Amino acid sequence: MEFKSKDFTDAKRVLKIRGLTVGLTGRPNADPVLRGIDLDIRAGETHCLVGESGSGKSVTSLTAMGLLPKDALEIQGGSIDLEGIEITQAKPAQMRALRARRIAMIFQEPMTALNPVLRVGEQIEEVLNMHSDLSRAEARARTIDMMEQVHLPDVERIYAAFPHQLSGGQRQRIMIAMALILDPDLLIADEPTTALDVTTQLQILKLISEMQERHGTAVLFITHDMGVVAEIADTVSVMQKGRIVESAPIRQLLTAPKEDYTRKLLQAVPNLDPRAPRAPAEARDVITVDGLEMTYGGGGFFRASQGVRAARDVNFTIQPGRTLGIVGESGSGKSTVARAIMRLIDPTAGKVTVAGTEIAKLSRRQLQPHRKHFQIVFQDPYRSLNPRWTVARSLCEGPINFGTSRADAMEHAAELMELVELPRDALDRYPHQFSGGQRQRIAIARAVAMKPDLLVADEAVSALDVSVQAQVLHLLDDVQEKFGIAMLFITHDLRVAAQICDEVLVMQKGVVVEHGPAGEVLAAPRHDYTRNLIEAAPGRLWDFANFRALDRTAPATGATL
Amino acid sequence: MTQIPTSRHSAFQVVTGFFSVPKAMRIGVGPTIAAVILVVIVLAAVLAPYYVPFNPLEMNAMSRLKPPSEAHLLGTDPYGRDIFSRVMTGGRVSLLIGIGAAVVSVAVGLLIGLVAGYFRLADSIIMRIMDSLMAIPAILLAIALVALNGPSVTSVIIAITVPEVPRVVRLVRSVVLTAREEPYVEAAIALGSSMPKVLLQHLMPNTFAPLIVQGTYICASAILIEAILSFLGAGVSTEIPTWGNIMAEGRSYFQIKPGLIFWPGLMLSLCILAINLLGDTARDILDPRMKKREV
Repeated sequence: MEFKSKDFTDAKRVLKIRGLTVGLTGRPNADPVLRGIDLDIRAGETHCLVGESGSGKSVTSLTAMGLLPKDALEIQGGSIDLEGIEITQAKPAQMRALRARRIAMIFQEPMTALNPVLRVGEQIEEVLNMHSDLSRAEARARTIDMMEQVHLPDVERIYAAFPHQLSGGQRQRIMIAMALILDPDLLIADEPTTALDVTTQLQILKLISEMQERHGTAVLFITHDMGVVAEIADTVSVMQKGRIVESAPIRQLLTAPKEDYTRKLLQAVPNLDPRAPRAPAEARDVITVDGLEMTYGGGGFFRASQGVRAARDVNFTIQPGRTLGIVGESGSGKSTVARAIMRLIDPTAGKVTVAGTEIAKLSRRQLQPHRKHFQIVFQDPYRSLNPRWTVARSLCEGPINFGTSRADAMEHAAELMELVELPRDALDRYPHQFSGGQRQRIAIARAVAMKPDLLVADEAVSALDVSVQAQVLHLLDDVQEKFGIAMLFITHDLRVAAQICDEVLVMQKGVVVEHGPAGEVLAAPRHDYTRNLIEAAPGRLWDFANFRALDRTAPATGATL
Repeated sequence: MTQIPTSRHSAFQVVTGFFSVPKAMRIGVGPTIAAVILVVIVLAAVLAPYYVPFNPLEMNAMSRLKPPSEAHLLGTDPYGRDIFSRVMTGGRVSLLIGIGAAVVSVAVGLLIGLVAGYFRLADSIIMRIMDSLMAIPAILLAIALVALNGPSVTSVIIAITVPEVPRVVRLVRSVVLTAREEPYVEAAIALGSSMPKVLLQHLMPNTFAPLIVQGTYICASAILIEAILSFLGAGVSTEIPTWGNIMAEGRSYFQIKPGLIFWPGLMLSLCILAINLLGDTARDILDPRMKKREV
C-alpha cells in the first residue's frame, strides 16, 4: 500500500519537546507519568502518537496545550518549544493567546466538546471574537467560509443548528472548523475519529489531510488504531508507559520495527484477511432466528406513530462450535438483534429458537428456566460487573439461580478462573482491582459458568487495547473449541470479524444486506454497502503482523446485489 | 488517561473506601468539630435524666425567674423550673423526632421508590400520588393531626414524614432508573436472577450513598420543623419540654429573661448546623463530582 513519504528535514520546526517529564502533583518521588519525552514536528508533517491506554499519549497532548489538570499532574522537567515560545514557563494569559492562534486541539467526543445550548455557527464565531478584532459581518463571513472548507452541506442551515441536530461526523467537522479558523501552526487531534463509524472516519481523515495541505499545518495525531496510522502518518512515535520507545518514518516503522514492543503491538493488529474456513458442523442448529423484527416506540395511545424499525426480517442459524458475526455501523440494528435474542428487549415479531425452545414469545417467568442456554458478554468491561460484588459472587450468581449449591458453584468458579487464566485469589477481589482485559475475562467466565449453548458477544472486544483484544479473542476461540459453544459475535470492526467469524451477516439501517461465509463476504462483497465498509477500513491493504503488504487479489468490483 | 483522578476507576475506589479508616480520618477540621458537637449534644440529651440537677417539670414558686447561680446554672423560668435541666432534657424529644422522621421517611421512600423505579406501570401511578403528597405543607398537616389526635410525638413524626417521603421516592427512583440500564444488571437478568434478587441485591445498594446524605438533611429539617410546630403550639404536648416548647413559653418573658429563648435556640442552631455539615461531608465523600466542583 501507499505510504506518505515526503521528507520534512528542511521544513520549519513547529514543536520541539525535549526531556518532558510529567508526574503526580506534589509527589516528586512517585513514578512519573511521562518520563523524558522527545518529540519534533515540522510544518506540514503529520506525526502520529500511538500506544495503548495509559501509555501517556493524551497526557503528552494536554501538556503541549497547557491543559494539564493542575491538582493531579504537573510538569517536573524538560521543555516544550512552540516556535521559540517556551510553553512550560508560559503564564495562563500567554497560553490563552497561544491556543487557537498557534496551537489548536480537537477531541474524541465532539458532542461533549461543543456547547449544547449554543448554535454551532456562533461557537465557531466566538473563537474569532475572542482572538481577533474582526467586525461582526467579517467574522460571520469568515465562519461561513470555514464551514464550506470543511465540506459541510447547506452551510446556512447548519450555522444556525444546535450540536444535537447534527450527526457525529458533522459535529467533528464543526470542531475542525473551529480549530483551524485562526490558521494555527499546530493541530493536536486526540483520537478524533475513534467515536465515528468507519465510513465517516475515512471522510474526516481525508478532511484533516486536505486542510493540512491547504494551510501547511503540522498535525500531532493521537490514536490507538494502527490502521489509521498507516493511512495518514508521515512519522510515528510509539509510546509505552510514559516513554517513547520508537520513533520513525511510517514505512520504516511498519516494515522494519526495531523495538520488541513495537513488534508486539503490530503483531496484535488483526488482519482483514478472513480466517481459514472451518469444516461446517454436522450437528443440529443451536439457534434459529426466523423473521425477527424489532420496532421501537410506535403504536401510541392517542395517535398511532410509526416507531423506529431497528431490525427487519432477520434470519439466521448457528451450529455448535461455529461463529456468526453481525457487522454494521452504529444504528444498523446489530445490537438490537443481540438484545432481542437475549430477551433483554421483547422482539415485536419473529421466532427465536434456542436449544429447541421457542423463546421470543415466552413471558419473563416462563423464560427463566431457559436462560441458562444463552449468555451474553457486553462491550464495557467497567460496567458489566457489579462493582460491589467480589468476583466469586459474580461467578456464582448464575449457577446458584439454577439450583447449584454454593460450595459446588465456588469450586466451579475456581476452575473457571484457571480457564480464563486468572489467579485463583482473584476470586476474593473486587472488579475495580482488575484491568479492562481481566474484567472481560471475568465476564466471559461468568457467562461460561452457565454452560450455555449460545454465547452472544456484543462488541465484547471493542473497548480493549489491541494486544488485550487479541488475547480475549483467543480466549473466546478456546472456550468455543472446548465446549462447542455456538457464538453470535456483534462487532463494528471488520478486522475482528475477519479473525473470528465463520459466517458474516452485514446489517444496514435494520436490514440484512449481505449474509454468507466470512471468506466470501469479506473478500468478494456483493453489496455496495459491504464494499464501502471494507474500503473504508483504514490500512486494510497492510498486513501489520507480518510487516508487509497484504497478499490478496483486489476485491472484485462491478457486481452488485 | 488513567492517571487523572476523575476516571471511573477512582470513583469506585472512593465509594468503596468510604467506610475504611484512613478515608474517614481525612475529613477535615470543620466536619470533625461538627461531629464532636453532635456527639456531645446527643450524649447530653440521652443521658440528661442522670445528671440534670432538677426535675425539669418540677415547679417552685419560691424561685421564679432567678438569674444564673450555682444551683441554677442558667437560672429559672417563670414557674421556677431549672432552665438548664429543661434545655438538656428538651433535646431528647427533638432528637427523637429528627431521627425518627429521617428513618421512617427513608425506609418508606426506599420501598416505594424501588417499586416505582423498576415497574413501569406502577411508576406513573405512584409518582402522581407522590406529586400530590408533596403539595401538603408539613405545618398544616401537623395542625390537622393535632386537632384530630391531640398533640403527640407520633403526630409530629407523621406530619414531617408525609411531605418528605416523595422526595426520597424521587431520589431512589432516579437512581434505580439509571442503574437498571447498567450492563451488570442486564447480565444478572440474563443469568436468570429473579426480579426480587435483581432489585434487592443489584439495584438497592446503589441507593444507599445518596440516601445517607438525604437522611441527614431530613433529620435536620425535622428537628427544625418540630421546633416550629411546638412553638406554634401544634407540636408535642406543652408538658414535655422540647426546644420549641421552651422557646414558645419564653416568648412573653423575652425582655426580662432572654436566656429562655437564647439557650434552647443555641442548642437547636448548633445541632442543625452540625448535622448539615456532616451531611455535606458525606455528600462530598460519596459523590466525588461534587467534591471536585469545590476544589
